[in-house]
Amino acid sequence: MKENPLSFQLKLNPEDFLPATDEEKQSQIIMRESVSFWKDGMRRLRKNKVAMVSLVVIIVVMIFSFIVPSFYPYTYKEQMKGANNLAPMQYSAEEQARIDAGEKVFPHIFGTDKMGRDYAIRVMMGSRISLLVGLIATCIILVIGSAYGSIAAFFGGWVDLVMMRIVDIIYTIPDILLIVLLSFSLKAPLSNLATKPGFHWLNTVGENLVSIFVVFALLYWVGMARMVRSQVLMLKESEYVTAARALGVGNGRIIKKHLLTNCIGTLIVTTTLQIPSSIFTESFLSFLGMGVAVPLPSLGSLASDALNGINTYPYLLFIPAVLISLIILSFNLLGDGLRDAFDPKLKN
Amino acid sequence: MSEYLVDIKNEKLSFFTPAGEVKALNDVSIHLREGEVLGIVGESGSGKSVTAYSLMGLTAHPGKLIGGELNFNGHQVENMTEKEMRQIRGNEISIIFQDPMTSLNPVYTIGNQITEVIRLHTDKTKQEAKARARELLELVGINEPERRLKQYPHELSGGMRQRVMIAIALACEPKLLIADEPTTALDVTIQAQILELMMELKDKLGMAIIMITHDLGVVASMCERIAVMYAGRIVEYGTADDIFYHPKHQYTKGLIRSIPRLDTKEHERLIPIEGTPVDLLNPPAGCPFAPRCDAAMQICLREMPPVTTFDRVHYTQCWLNQKEEMEKGASHE
Amino acid sequence: MVKYIVKRILLAIVTIWAVATLTFFLMNLVPGGPFLSEKAISPQATAALEAKYGLDKPMYQRYLTYMTDALHGDFGDSLKQRGRTVMSIIAMKFPVSARVGGISVLVALILGIPLGSIAALKRGKAADSVISVIATCGIAVPSFVICTVLMYFFGVKLGLLPTMGLQSAKHYIMPVIALSFYPTAYIMRLMRSSMLDVLGQDYMRTARAKGLAGGKILFKHALRNAILPVVTYVGPMLAYTITGSFVVEKIFVIPGLGGEFITAINGRDYTLIMGTTIFLATLVIVMNVVVDIVYKIVDPRIKLK
Repeated sequence: MKENPLSFQLKLNPEDFLPATDEEKQSQIIMRESVSFWKDGMRRLRKNKVAMVSLVVIIVVMIFSFIVPSFYPYTYKEQMKGANNLAPMQYSAEEQARIDAGEKVFPHIFGTDKMGRDYAIRVMMGSRISLLVGLIATCIILVIGSAYGSIAAFFGGWVDLVMMRIVDIIYTIPDILLIVLLSFSLKAPLSNLATKPGFHWLNTVGENLVSIFVVFALLYWVGMARMVRSQVLMLKESEYVTAARALGVGNGRIIKKHLLTNCIGTLIVTTTLQIPSSIFTESFLSFLGMGVAVPLPSLGSLASDALNGINTYPYLLFIPAVLISLIILSFNLLGDGLRDAFDPKLKN
Repeated sequence: MSEYLVDIKNEKLSFFTPAGEVKALNDVSIHLREGEVLGIVGESGSGKSVTAYSLMGLTAHPGKLIGGELNFNGHQVENMTEKEMRQIRGNEISIIFQDPMTSLNPVYTIGNQITEVIRLHTDKTKQEAKARARELLELVGINEPERRLKQYPHELSGGMRQRVMIAIALACEPKLLIADEPTTALDVTIQAQILELMMELKDKLGMAIIMITHDLGVVASMCERIAVMYAGRIVEYGTADDIFYHPKHQYTKGLIRSIPRLDTKEHERLIPIEGTPVDLLNPPAGCPFAPRCDAAMQICLREMPPVTTFDRVHYTQCWLNQKEEMEKGASHE
Repeated sequence: MVKYIVKRILLAIVTIWAVATLTFFLMNLVPGGPFLSEKAISPQATAALEAKYGLDKPMYQRYLTYMTDALHGDFGDSLKQRGRTVMSIIAMKFPVSARVGGISVLVALILGIPLGSIAALKRGKAADSVISVIATCGIAVPSFVICTVLMYFFGVKLGLLPTMGLQSAKHYIMPVIALSFYPTAYIMRLMRSSMLDVLGQDYMRTARAKGLAGGKILFKHALRNAILPVVTYVGPMLAYTITGSFVVEKIFVIPGLGGEFITAINGRDYTLIMGTTIFLATLVIVMNVVVDIVYKIVDPRIKLK
């Protein structure tokens, strides 16, 4: 027998050399839990504190902009006499008199603007507009972009070539210039349209906002289309699509069932990141006076209106400014979190 | 000074990941004389590359050497600073990587990437380095070296790029060449060419080679010594004859059975090794191969097997071998 | 390569033509033409004006005339600034915008590239966290917010910096910070992620295996590859700086083209709006072509295709 230091330390019994059963062997293997793509993604998303905080911020902002205004004691266009430019939590003379008489008056949390409107409700409505613009614009972009991109990629050949050339052209057009131009030239036709029955809502929304949506529909989908196209191209080569084709599945069904469901992760991420960029653009245009129609506020137009009084009432500027930054930041961080959680390329 | 060019004794290395300590190497010992060829065989994740990289001081980020000695050509690698290590890398010891497609920097010419290492380790002038680069390309069998020097990696085929990698590795005539799966990413016909080239250059330049691969066919044709690794341990070590004709460890036997052969009869089947490699984050208490081993015994599940030596070179880490040797010893008494 | 450049230039020409055509027809959508807004003009006067500006002719004829003139750099006269051509206004105002914009682009590159690289190299360390937080916030804050906040604190409260005009070097500080804020943050993010990507590449391991020193590896092997995505961003960055200048020039009362554009819109100066749009769009498109071609030169992988 060869020398073996270990054998002196270990007490070996004959039964040690009995064969081990399969169960005993298996019990040795501690496998890592295997989880589905979605469950794994959600787990990682929940563990991402930054993304979860962002989600909470977004939900809180949504509650304040969509639910709270409906039972808030003031409205965004109500002008109160003698209540111009009140500081936060300050009451006008008339309100003070009512309080002295024992009445309860809801405070102006953010004060009032120069026309005597409660600023808190205006900020809430402003966030509502900004969020709506972001969400609606993103929906438009999502629908057009993913349809266009998947069609181009799926048919390939000259269809793809022509469609992508068009995308290339649109891609290089400076968007803001065109938005300005469109909102300018669509103003008259749209206000004409607004006088016709069934189109009165146009007046409330404002022609500018409609033109913004038109431009989003015309221009902003190209990024989404490119992304979807490259995803579909990648998936198109995969075996299960070939298999589906071999089984005689129709084109429409393949696009819907296999391709879109497989790039849904990337789609969600791109969509989430598109929302802040739409909000960004809207606030920019509203700041330049090309956004929503008065008296409807948006965060951009609130900031723009407050610019003149920056010396005396800086908070009127800072409140919408901080809020818009916070909304964009939250969506960006949530989007980053979703990408980390659902983009398989970045796994580990 | 050691009689060996490479003398690794009981190396222990772990990766400290957020999920916990991954024990990548456990008591790995390797030695190699000048001009010898050692093959390290094993599945992915068995620690073959980690062993070689640690010898070059190239251990990737969360990895840390926690024990053992690494001697190379009179250097104590584990005690060397990064600056001292740089003097050796690419000079006394160099490496060829698996994927020649991604191992060359895409934005520089071939010439630039070869002369870079020459200029770094020698006093040659720009012109001399260029002449040497041309010579190297000829050496590795690339035609029109003058033109190739001005080309970018993407303009060459995979086999060509691997030849360029070899040229870079040989630029300073190293004592040791580590080849980390040098042919895995290549076509079969190109594989043979590259291996042949390496053997030819070994004879010409007299360097030692550590050949890392999961392809037993590759080591069979090239290596004098073979180490079979499993889960961060060397489970069997021996000469090519020992490993191919007298395999002792159950894992080695499994590997050999799973190689397709020309003389395989029609009704015979290749026998794969069932199961999956262990998770090094949660290694079992006993022998890591036990859960997949047909001959596993009670003790295999509880205790790490000791080293069983058969002759001066050949040894395994397996309870079954230990038991057989003990019984043999008992019957002799 | 030549084929690529020719293709790219042709595409750019088509795009410029599309923008110009779109601009022309959109402007003509406004009912009654450009003079509707000016009240109390007699029908005779309107007719005379229309004749003077050729508005009595059919649309296609006006389109052809406008396009031919535009090709010669003639965008007509400004409607509001009597006696001045659109081109002369652009020639006067654009250099101001270009100077502010150019400095901002430089600042963004000079700050963004090294900071992004440092974040990648110090991944997970404090420096990375600080830079990442700044970059994330930077791309979330609209330029008008930065402008107004800067103006309030440094201009109004502390009185350190002048808030209007461009008379001295000091005047440039706030507009440049405001304009370069977003691109800097964006480049930092871009550079960080591309540097991380490059650091994980196999050729970085090759460089280490050659025995190269850290600095040499970083500057020669990593930076050259990691900087490629930043090169592609220069085109969009330029477009951003131009449109960003609308807000910045408006707030800081800078006599540049962006401010002029906003004034033209508020004053309904049709010819000036059209001229400026076509000019700026052409600039952005041409710069995109230049950037694309430069990219092909910098990245040898695409050279022969």
